[in-house]
Amino acid sequence: MPNESTNSATGEIEAVQTRLAELLPWVALDWSQFRNQTRVICPAGDLLKCLIAFKAVGFDQLTDLTAVDLLEYGNVNDRFEVVYCLLNVDTGLRLIAKIYLNEPNLTIPSATSVWFGADWLEREVYDMYGILFTGHPNFKRLLLPQEFQSFPLRKDYPVKGRGERHNFPVITRAES
Amino acid sequence: MPLELLESPDLDANKREGLWTLNFGPQHPATHTTLRLVLQLDGEIVVDAEPDIGFLHSGFEKLGEVLDFNQYVTIVDRMNYISPLANEIAWHHAVEKLLGIELTPRCIYIRTIFAELMRMHDHLLCLGACVLDLGGATAFMYALNARETIYEICERASGQRFHTSYTRVGGLLYDVTDDWVNMVRDFVRNFPKVYRDFSGLVMKNRIFVERTRDVGVLSREEAIAGGATGPIARASGVTRDLRRDEPYLAYDDFDFDVCASQGGDCYARFQVRMMEMLESVKIIQQAIDKLPKGPIFATDTGKTGMPDKTEVYRSIEGLIHHFESIMPNRQMQAPKESIYAATESPNGELGYYIVGDGSFRAYRARTRPPSLLHFALFPKLIRGCMLSDVVAVLGSINIIAAELDR
Repeated sequence: MPNESTNSATGEIEAVQTRLAELLPWVALDWSQFRNQTRVICPAGDLLKCLIAFKAVGFDQLTDLTAVDLLEYGNVNDRFEVVYCLLNVDTGLRLIAKIYLNEPNLTIPSATSVWFGADWLEREVYDMYGILFTGHPNFKRLLLPQEFQSFPLRKDYPVKGRGERHNFPVITRAES
Repeated sequence: MPLELLESPDLDANKREGLWTLNFGPQHPATHTTLRLVLQLDGEIVVDAEPDIGFLHSGFEKLGEVLDFNQYVTIVDRMNYISPLANEIAWHHAVEKLLGIELTPRCIYIRTIFAELMRMHDHLLCLGACVLDLGGATAFMYALNARETIYEICERASGQRFHTSYTRVGGLLYDVTDDWVNMVRDFVRNFPKVYRDFSGLVMKNRIFVERTRDVGVLSREEAIAGGATGPIARASGVTRDLRRDEPYLAYDDFDFDVCASQGGDCYARFQVRMMEMLESVKIIQQAIDKLPKGPIFATDTGKTGMPDKTEVYRSIEGLIHHFESIMPNRQMQAPKESIYAATESPNGELGYYIVGDGSFRAYRARTRPPSLLHFALFPKLIRGCMLSDVVAVLGSINIIAAELDR
């Protein structure tokens, strides 16, 4: 049984790869596998076209969208990795798409036009990493206060913070 | 700060005149925790809603980069605190997938039983509180009474009622006893009565049905594109359940059904949760009858997992083994890879995206909280409903703010 399912999953991935090659002949996608999980690295310049193509080949749900700061990772040339976890709800096929970003150009197109569920996920990535998404309908911080200055999940941000809490404005009852 | 929330782009400027703004929360009995909603009302009809979250943000993901794989389990069970063990199982499921650890059959079965107990634990509170918010206090008491037994089962296994921190990489903190097995058997045997009482009070209650049916409707397409998972997606006709579609733990061994509904409204979500509790009972019954004997830790190498506590206290080998797995320079090494692994938590797909950097710590420990994606759907669900429906919709999507804000 397990062999059959892995074989069919490999077959499905190959079908996806062929269809993507037809849809995006000019884009070089870098495929890899780890513990039966398929990953693909997309060029950051073609991100939106890639995402639209992923949706066209059946990945109709954006399960998760997150980022990783590679500052202290070692042996990497890039600063940020943005990760899109995609799922085909009918077949259960998963795909993890990644792009790499470097300062100062931390602007990428928003995926909200493809999957509207990307809305809060993108706001959270901006909130924590300072990666900007263009074309987002309501772009601002999600969890932290709007006046917050730093991006706390970046590796150069200390775990104990930079003393922001000491400066939190205290609103008295009369002002509220 | 409140003023800028009124600048919602969905709201046409001409229509805004004559609308009334209502601040719902962050402290409100029906939000259960700290959620804030800015509602735009036209009379009693909700024209728009803008959630404002982050009141419970406590930097859990940053802590995940500091604490090791075993230590972080104390943080994950504070995320969805109404089913703590489900988070622990999900976290260590992802860690073990990254490290490539095969669990022992006994450990898998105990975890499966706990995962299902947690599903009932979560659903009981969600359903009970939803009915309570709609004015029925009695059903809530029946639900909480049953939850109390689950707390006792947790306490018997781990020593803690609430934040159990029971799982470890490659195993569990303690093995369970025959006593515990009997407690689970008793609970499962008595549960159908609780279920009958609860459903008899609620499911055909005319007030309840009229307040939940056709309220907060989520279509199948919206559920998929919006990232809804778990009971909420299944109530909208998405028949996807990770327990069946990507079997993990011991779910392959059991016979159970995936519960789904076509309605997509609050009542359908309520129904799906009710039916899932009975399926959980079925799974627990099968698991407890087949509970294998043997070790609870994967011990193929000296460095996999932690040793049994009795061994640590009573033998020098156990103590050395414990020391080896605790000291930061002697622990297992995670591969320099990343992995996304998810389990079907009571609330939906609870996933972890972990990046390993060659140490026993996560370089990045991303939680994919089901509550976050579900709460993002809230404005869609509530538009056009009445003000009093806000609590019904909130109750039916079961938002846990600690998981939402992390």
